[in-house]
Amino acid sequence: MTTLPVDPATTPDAVSAPAPTPTPQAEWRTLRGRNVGDRLYRVTLTALALVLPLLLVTLLAELVIGAWPAIQRFGLPFVWTSVWDPVAGVFGAAPMIFGTLASSLLALLIAVPLALGVAIYLTEFSPKWLRQPIAFLVELLAAIPSVVYGLWGIFVLIPFLRSYVVPPLRAALGWTPFFSGVFYGNSLLAGGIILAIMIVPYIAAVSREVLLAVPANQREAAIGMGATRWEAVWTAVVPYGRAGLIGAIILGLGRALGETMAVTMVIGNRHDISLSVLQPAYTMAAAIANEFSEAVGDLHLAAMFEVGLVLFVITVIVNAFARLLIWRVARGTAVGSRAL
Amino acid sequence: MSGRSVRRHVTSGLMTSLVAVLSFTAVFALVLILADLIAKGASSLDWDFFTKNPVPAGQSGGGVANAIVGTGIIVGLAALIGLPVGVGTGLYLAEYGSGRLGWTVRFVADVLNGTPSIVIGIFAWTWLVRPMHGYSALAGSVALAALMIPMIARTTEEMVRLVPHSLREAALALGYPRWRTSLRVVARTALAGIVTGCLVGIARIAGETAPLIFTALGNLNFTTNITQPMQTLPHEIYEYAQGPFEEWHRLAWASALVLMSLVLLLGVTARWAIRQRHGAAR
Amino acid sequence: MAPPADARLRLETVRLTALFGRRAVLKDVTIIFPAHTVTAVIGPSGCGKSTFLRCLNRMHELSEGGWVTGRVLLDGADIYDSHVDPVQLRRRIGMVFQRPTPFPTMSIYDNVAAGLRVNGHRGRRELDEVVERALRQAALWDEVKDRLRASALALSGGQQQRLCIARALAPQPEVLLLDEPTASLDPAGTQRIEELCHELKRLYTIVIVTHNMQQAARVSDYTAFFYLGDLIEVGRTEELFTRPTKEQTEAYITGRFG
Repeated sequence: MTTLPVDPATTPDAVSAPAPTPTPQAEWRTLRGRNVGDRLYRVTLTALALVLPLLLVTLLAELVIGAWPAIQRFGLPFVWTSVWDPVAGVFGAAPMIFGTLASSLLALLIAVPLALGVAIYLTEFSPKWLRQPIAFLVELLAAIPSVVYGLWGIFVLIPFLRSYVVPPLRAALGWTPFFSGVFYGNSLLAGGIILAIMIVPYIAAVSREVLLAVPANQREAAIGMGATRWEAVWTAVVPYGRAGLIGAIILGLGRALGETMAVTMVIGNRHDISLSVLQPAYTMAAAIANEFSEAVGDLHLAAMFEVGLVLFVITVIVNAFARLLIWRVARGTAVGSRAL
Repeated sequence: MSGRSVRRHVTSGLMTSLVAVLSFTAVFALVLILADLIAKGASSLDWDFFTKNPVPAGQSGGGVANAIVGTGIIVGLAALIGLPVGVGTGLYLAEYGSGRLGWTVRFVADVLNGTPSIVIGIFAWTWLVRPMHGYSALAGSVALAALMIPMIARTTEEMVRLVPHSLREAALALGYPRWRTSLRVVARTALAGIVTGCLVGIARIAGETAPLIFTALGNLNFTTNITQPMQTLPHEIYEYAQGPFEEWHRLAWASALVLMSLVLLLGVTARWAIRQRHGAAR
Repeated sequence: MAPPADARLRLETVRLTALFGRRAVLKDVTIIFPAHTVTAVIGPSGCGKSTFLRCLNRMHELSEGGWVTGRVLLDGADIYDSHVDPVQLRRRIGMVFQRPTPFPTMSIYDNVAAGLRVNGHRGRRELDEVVERALRQAALWDEVKDRLRASALALSGGQQQRLCIARALAPQPEVLLLDEPTASLDPAGTQRIEELCHELKRLYTIVIVTHNMQQAARVSDYTAFFYLGDLIEVGRTEELFTRPTKEQTEAYITGRFG
């Protein structure tokens, strides 16, 4: 509502001399200022709405304040030093950052074909009656709590990997740096696989909405030119939605970066950098989960705050980037909010 | 048909099959996990499981009553805090949210929605655990509420925006003041969707562990005191899964089944109710 | 246009200009709506008809950037006066929209009573009487009297629109504004509503915006023709349609554009 020349809300509450005994019909001429309800409502809602910005500001503030001793002490090299020694008071987060990126990348490698496959299948190829059930089931994956994934990872996935997957992998590819070393179970590989399963539903859901937002005439034009069904999808529909699909993938990345429970239960929690996926590793989120409440000394605690800060900043940037890409395809519809 | 044409059709057929296979693989993963949950957990679901408290480590028997009650209390308290703020924020965004503050709140909600839940745990630790010099269920509830609010704010806004503008105009033309239009007409029409969004939010946080690790922590004993640490199902699963005792593992599976059922019941049904309404409205 | 000497003035506008920001969509409109008459407002799309209607009950200012200059007098008092509460004002002027908009979570009874409840009337017997009266006036009573508690959505499109009319009439406004009320109805529904206009003008003053010139001719006593934000001509309906004085009016009613 803009300011009107005659807007009652901007003029003071001066009541003129009332008309002589106004009838109920003529009430509207003399009464004013029944705006109490409106004002109260707006104030209440605004107060509630301010909680979120307040939350974010205090969150950021206490992350920075808490991390300050570590930031002062270690500076930028914190990000690329590998030594993590609580007793000696030396902290370098490189292994966790490496592990976070490596596990997420590995997860994407596995999840993206699966998720895109689901999205393409559901929007283009699956018979209509199959659509709802499959979409429903894939969504169920998103409803499983992280800790349940961890439980499953420890007692089902890791033994399975140990018995049926790693031996052939090592036999075939053990000479490469990616599959060297002894496999103890808890490893980057286990973490990556669990993460992959966890992010498939998010990437799939958003990709599906992106593909649905592609105008039908794109596909029809391709078919009209003699393309096969697959060619129409791959060369006309997918490229059109490319930005959005990349956005969906990056959204999945954003989720993978922040996943804590399932990862910390299967990844090994070791401050170590290794190219081999068979080795234990660490992520920032897992480190916080393990060490925050048992921090040895103030510097250790500050280092954990700093890890939290780095994690926060990275996920915010990645998510913002993802949203930008998705928004460009879907133009402000509610796409992507499902991924929440 | 030329050779090239045949090849294209074969490729098309192959790729179609490939995406189908990929889809079924994803579904298969789900089925596998659910099957494992049932297989390994169902047998432990007896009366003791639900009513008894944990026994000293290593002994058999006992149950997870403290965790079940704890989840109820902590999630309930989180909902008590988070629902009004979340729905209120959503109403604000739908009613007054076209200005700069609205844009800011929306942006903040999106940022917070993408924040790892463990970072929210740090937040609650700093503001509640540290000053109170101890872990508490209250801190856990606040952390979960903080997680919940941006989620619910966005779904509420979305649902309210679905209400046709003409309905709001009809109410205003009738002489409804703005606040009454917003509450008694618009929000009331969107109520089913709003409630669904709230249920989804509750389901999400019921399964969260990370924010509880250094707020509510866990507790081997039964307690309903919110200023004390309290056990919850997710946290109990986390502890027991990593413990050395077979007994603990057994309990962890059963708890996971219970938690999963709870989350499923709340969350997915609610989500599909939204879909139906979306479909009906279109 | 000179009003009939014996007609009490109910609603009139004096140099009404409606704007969105800096853009004027209605320019300098001066018109009189005599009491107990039906005035049709016609003109091609985008000429400002709906905006004009919304100025009469102060709905225009609820749109982004909407504001007015000039005066709108209801029984001689300017509704845009700084002392006027728009919310109260809208209870004296009823409006029915193009699409039926019953409140979906309320029953038929509650829909009709909504305008009264918001004004503080809660007495059960009083509400019952008013609801029945309003539904009778809207020619809907016989069809719904046995299912007043049913959801309003159970009614057909035409019935829902009559429900909206009943809802607008229940608070006994002085003026009834109809914005293309039959646009989304079938011919049978349209006819019912047109018949209603004839009956209702005994009690109310009616302004009806319509796209349909035949409807204007059937229903109204006076007709006002708008074009691109200007009031081109206004007069008794038969005269305007048979002997229009302005060229644009003639062009429009003979279908040369619109």
